[in-house]
Amino acid sequence: MSIFQIAWKSIRQRSVASFLTGLSVALGVMLMVAVMILYSIIASTFQQTSIGYDLVVGPKGSPLQLVLSSIYRVSPPIENLPFRFYKDLQKDPRVDKAIPIALGDTTEEGSFPIVGTVPEYFSIPFSHNREFAVRGTFLRKPFDAVIGSRVAATNGWKEGSQLRMVHGGADTGHVHNEKFTVVGVLAPTGTPNDRSVFVNLDGFYLIQGHDKPFDEAIKREREFYGQPPLEPEVMAAEVQKLEKRYGGHHDHDHAEGEEHFHDVPMIQKEVTAILVTTKTLMAAGLMEGEFKKGFKAQATNPIRPMNQLLTDILGNIQILLLILTGLIIVVSGVGIFVSIYASLQERRREIAIMRALGARRETIFGIVIAESLLLCLGGGIAGLLLGHLLVVVAAPIVTARTGLLISGFTFQMTEWLLLPGLAVLAVIVGYIPAMSAYRTEVASNLNPS
Amino acid sequence: MSLELKQIVKTYADPEGGLQTILNVPEFSLGQGEQVALVGTSGSGKTTLLNVAAGITLPDSGTVMVGGIEITKMLEAVRDRFRSERIGYVFQTFNLLPAFTALENVLLGMSFSSQPANKHLAIELLGRVGLGDRLHYRPGQLSVGQQQRVSVARALAKTPRLLLADEPTANVDGPNQAAVLRLMQESCRENNVTLLLVTHTAEVAKQFTRVERLSDFNLAAPQVASSHTTGAMV
Repeated sequence: MSIFQIAWKSIRQRSVASFLTGLSVALGVMLMVAVMILYSIIASTFQQTSIGYDLVVGPKGSPLQLVLSSIYRVSPPIENLPFRFYKDLQKDPRVDKAIPIALGDTTEEGSFPIVGTVPEYFSIPFSHNREFAVRGTFLRKPFDAVIGSRVAATNGWKEGSQLRMVHGGADTGHVHNEKFTVVGVLAPTGTPNDRSVFVNLDGFYLIQGHDKPFDEAIKREREFYGQPPLEPEVMAAEVQKLEKRYGGHHDHDHAEGEEHFHDVPMIQKEVTAILVTTKTLMAAGLMEGEFKKGFKAQATNPIRPMNQLLTDILGNIQILLLILTGLIIVVSGVGIFVSIYASLQERRREIAIMRALGARRETIFGIVIAESLLLCLGGGIAGLLLGHLLVVVAAPIVTARTGLLISGFTFQMTEWLLLPGLAVLAVIVGYIPAMSAYRTEVASNLNPS
Repeated sequence: MSLELKQIVKTYADPEGGLQTILNVPEFSLGQGEQVALVGTSGSGKTTLLNVAAGITLPDSGTVMVGGIEITKMLEAVRDRFRSERIGYVFQTFNLLPAFTALENVLLGMSFSSQPANKHLAIELLGRVGLGDRLHYRPGQLSVGQQQRVSVARALAKTPRLLLADEPTANVDGPNQAAVLRLMQESCRENNVTLLLVTHTAEVAKQFTRVERLSDFNLAAPQVASSHTTGAMV
């Protein structure tokens, strides 16, 4: 009979106390595992979401805000860039693809962010090796819309549904008259795309108020390129020239469903950000450096600010949570200590019997440590399973609320450290009771009290 | 395996803070394969004598030789191993572990020696004490007499060279008492095992060719007149 069999007998003899002690360890480990899994999923989601792009180009300002607004769509855009800047960037030989996006409006229902973009947006994988899949079609006509899976689920929209957008976010209350028609519903991606509505950039500019007045557009473009402001008479002449060329198309309203489009002059168009893939990684680095020097634009690697955010804020939260759950496990360990130590007082005679039968002091010590190990590791293994089960159960709720795709079957490397860690804890908390058992006097404890 | 006790003194602290001598044995010995019944009054030091002989308790002075080996000089771990491999002990209070079945209790007795536990032998011995159909009963599910028989089987299971038995038949009824005693005596005879059995029953003592009265060689024991006319010996 091994010391583990003898220890297991002792645990079974005190089944209720042993179960509760093991359960306390299991709950601590369950929480720790759940925290680790959720954090890793959040971290990988934040990092993978923007993995498809090498650079995000936007107006000067905070790189984090640029990424949060253009990739995660959780922050209002900083400013806009001239469309000409986008066209110039597109011609840069180092650029593979440049995808313009225009943000700021939201849907009337559900306040989901509207992303004005070009059909090529969907040609870049949204995550590592993961391509967009759509039920229906991607953007083709100016007033086409493609919606994310969560938008479809929340608003009950499908192909053929029509939507209107609220200008500059839901707070302004101004609803554009123009309607977009849903032509495609994206398959779930586990990214902010799930809660976004994509409209054709051509249609986006055709919406009343999305094309800037000529004089303002000229002024902003000159400011952006660092050119001196025009004299009033020169400005008036420029505006007149443009009005003559493009003017008159705002003197009538668009009928509902009418396919009637105008060509919006480039100077009146703006983009919020440009998502860029470069031909080489080195080019991305070089361009990022160049943008720091000139213009009023910035280029940033979309992963870096998120990594910093994760490390600086979420990383600390994770450490805090891990410390808290670690403390729960330590408290459970103290519970094991108390349980074994208290039971020892009742088991002195049993220990004396084993010693009288020839068990060495070291064997008795080993039996108590084995008991502590079985409780800690048994609780730990149960906790690992419960932790994953918790994530499996919570996954649909979290996905529905946040759009994060969560799998309870994700295993973290750190989880493998839990069991050796628990084994160490078991030895530590079992040491004092084991020493007490080790020192049990045989003759005086042999007879029933 | 012979047993020799020489100049053994064992004292205990009494509640008044003084020392009470429980054993003062100038000499006591058993030859190899000898079977001896030891009788004595309650509190005369019978159990202490067995504990000293088994190496469970060390005397304050004197030597204990088992098979010519002085166990009183051994390191504790060595003495534990020696006891686990060569000395069988049937306790007066059975001392079965409540969480273990009858079979597991017997196997446990074998577990602490260097030899692997022999399950077949354990089952056979339990059968010989009439518990073949109670192998998987826990002590709490057995009668007092049945528990004592498990205790006897446990002591015999590790094929000891010296068997010490403290009132092994005290709680066993008539027919089973004879069976248990016969099993112990036959087993010891077959394997040339030395047997020292403590009893207070004349009927049991009569089964032995050599009967020793503790008060005759323990100078610390209360001196009581002998009685051969009653069933009980004191």
